[in-house]
Amino acid sequence: MTELAQDKMTTLREFMAEVSQKQYADSYLIAVLHKAQELFGYLPREVMDEVAETLQIPTAHIWGVATFYHYFNLEPIGRHVISVCMGTACFVKGAQQVLDVLKKELNVEVGKTTGDMLFTLQEARCLGACGIAPLIMIDDKIYGELDAKKTVDIINQYRKAAAEPQKGT
Amino acid sequence: MSEKIPIFINDKEYNVEPNQTIMQAADTLGFKIPRLCYHPKLSIEGACRVCIVEVEGQRNFVASCAFPVSPGMKIKTNTHAVRRARRDIVELIVDNHPMDCHTCERDGNCELQRLAAATGIRARHFEGQRKRYDEDLSSVSVIRNPEKCILCGRCVRMCSEKQQVHNLTQAHRGFNTVVMPAYDLPMAESVCTACGQCINVCPTAAFLEKNYTQELFEQLNGTDTVKVVQFAPSVRAAIGEAFNLPPQNMEGQLVAALRKLGFDYVFDTQFSADLTIMEEASEFLERFQNKGKLPMITSCSSAWMKCLEQFYPDLIDNVSTCKSPMSMQGAMTKTYFADKMGIDPKKIYSVATMCCTAKKYEAARPELMFDGMRGVDVVVTTREIAWMIKSAGIDFVNIEPEKADHPLGLSSGAGAIFGATGGVMEAAIRTAYELYTGQTLVDIEVEGVRGLKGIKEGSLKMDGHDIRVAVAHGLGNACKLLDVVRKDPDRYHFIEIMGCPGGCVGGGGQPYAAINTIPLDDEALTQRAKALYDLDRGKTIRRSHDNPDVQKLYKEFLQHPLSPVSHKYLHTHYKAKLPVGIIPKDAKNFEVK
Repeated sequence: MTELAQDKMTTLREFMAEVSQKQYADSYLIAVLHKAQELFGYLPREVMDEVAETLQIPTAHIWGVATFYHYFNLEPIGRHVISVCMGTACFVKGAQQVLDVLKKELNVEVGKTTGDMLFTLQEARCLGACGIAPLIMIDDKIYGELDAKKTVDIINQYRKAAAEPQKGT
Repeated sequence: MSEKIPIFINDKEYNVEPNQTIMQAADTLGFKIPRLCYHPKLSIEGACRVCIVEVEGQRNFVASCAFPVSPGMKIKTNTHAVRRARRDIVELIVDNHPMDCHTCERDGNCELQRLAAATGIRARHFEGQRKRYDEDLSSVSVIRNPEKCILCGRCVRMCSEKQQVHNLTQAHRGFNTVVMPAYDLPMAESVCTACGQCINVCPTAAFLEKNYTQELFEQLNGTDTVKVVQFAPSVRAAIGEAFNLPPQNMEGQLVAALRKLGFDYVFDTQFSADLTIMEEASEFLERFQNKGKLPMITSCSSAWMKCLEQFYPDLIDNVSTCKSPMSMQGAMTKTYFADKMGIDPKKIYSVATMCCTAKKYEAARPELMFDGMRGVDVVVTTREIAWMIKSAGIDFVNIEPEKADHPLGLSSGAGAIFGATGGVMEAAIRTAYELYTGQTLVDIEVEGVRGLKGIKEGSLKMDGHDIRVAVAHGLGNACKLLDVVRKDPDRYHFIEIMGCPGGCVGGGGQPYAAINTIPLDDEALTQRAKALYDLDRGKTIRRSHDNPDVQKLYKEFLQHPLSPVSHKYLHTHYKAKLPVGIIPKDAKNFEVK
């Protein structure tokens, strides 16, 4: 594990130590997995192993929980998560074309991450901003009234930002 | 006993015990409500909904396996509406299931097939998308076929509740739900102990043993090897069930059938059970007299050995160094027997017929090799050998019984009872007592260690010393007992552990449950055990050390128990194999050497 991952692991261990004190500690499994995903962006196997050992919950049971909820990612995700709204309004206004453009531009399928680990492409149900359909959400930012060109431009902005040396980290 | 309550089933009044489910009450009254995910030894899942009944006042049909009876309850088990709903439920399961019954290994033994017939499915109305998965053929013992799985969850509950192995889970959700080990690991890399109990409780063919029958048929047709076979005690007690007979001792028929299949020599694993007792009882006495590591724990059960390596590595030194009877028999076949007959041991094809799926795994263990050879080349289960006998057209039921061959075929009664839980302990007591005290043990039937109680305890006096013993069957009971040992290591002197419920008679390779019976039914297990206890009672030689062929083996080859020759061929050492994730807390600080 890298040094950064070690730091995250320490945070997770502290969290697990805290819940271990509680009554019915094993009922905090989902909370612990949430914490792990918050820290790592997904649930790495080594992390699930350590959760199993610390909370004394069989690994198979953790695997059952982790795979049951769509929320949990089992593979590393990109630095930015793109959610394409496929709700009715967006769909009527051309969400499928937006999705196709993204698939082609990023060269990935839905649910997958680009080779450079920059983007993960996801579908979403209605994001509740039908007035500006069709729209996508990148991380927690909404981009509306899209067409093919606008979509590619937005992707390129993120790519440019990623290529610049990062400040403060 | 609490007061009985009145209920109505199909308009007729009955008085039943309170605090039970509708299904349990109906069972006592002769109504066998159709069921699928229910198993009396496991927790209630209520997943399949096959056991629905109509209850007056309830908006929907209720699952009778999970719904308690109450006074005055009006239940209908067989109305038109219930029958139709039940049929649709089963039909929906069938429609997501491969339509390959006549090429399926469970054909004729499949609960889903029986249920489809019983509910009257005669057409398919719901054909739609069907799940498709590859078989997991990685394990040498247990193969997993998720395509045939109907998600009743019996295997998951068996693996976690009864065996405490926790290898299986239902991963993903909805249509995509699959029963699998953690991380979708192949069975061979998972914490599976190969006990095969998932196969026993599976209603379909989602779990099966790895089948070696074709390979064996091929070898039996060859002429360049000497084909030697051995068969375990429990095989003779249960194989009749594969031919629609009740559990009974069919040793003679089995020997005759094995010869007809083409084996050159038919030996009895009970011979080596006697040999195991000679070594194990001596090892126990040595530990007892020289303040060695106690309690000593038996090592015959292959599933238990894998469980030990993974979950109780801190107790490895407590486990007897004796190989299992099967592996001892294999070793003696390729050394003593080969030498006696002037056969090149490399030319011997050594086959074991076992009640066990984990023995397939054991046979391949490098720890058990000697002189660069495996003692046993291939292991087939009771089910596989029964199929081979049928397939070869041998009239098993009417065959003239025959006797096993010398010099590895004669056994004492002590060797026979190995197959039942407590049997190894009882056999060891018979020999250890006499070796230690020099006196004859008069009452050789040790009732305290017999029967199906999960954990049995007892003690006996040996020259003023109080020897405390314990017996556990099923890995879940074993775990409970070993957790006690971890906290209180001086509590027992000698412990017997068998990985399967009821001991080997309930092994993962035994015949499937017959129509209208439940897999691992206590009554069936008791009957199989009784066949072995009767076999013991009928023998004049009932103590392992009185077996003349065993005595001869020591005189001609092994010298004496625990001799250097014995150690070379009959003993081994196991190593920790710590699984990732679920290492029990107490074993956590154990260092892997």
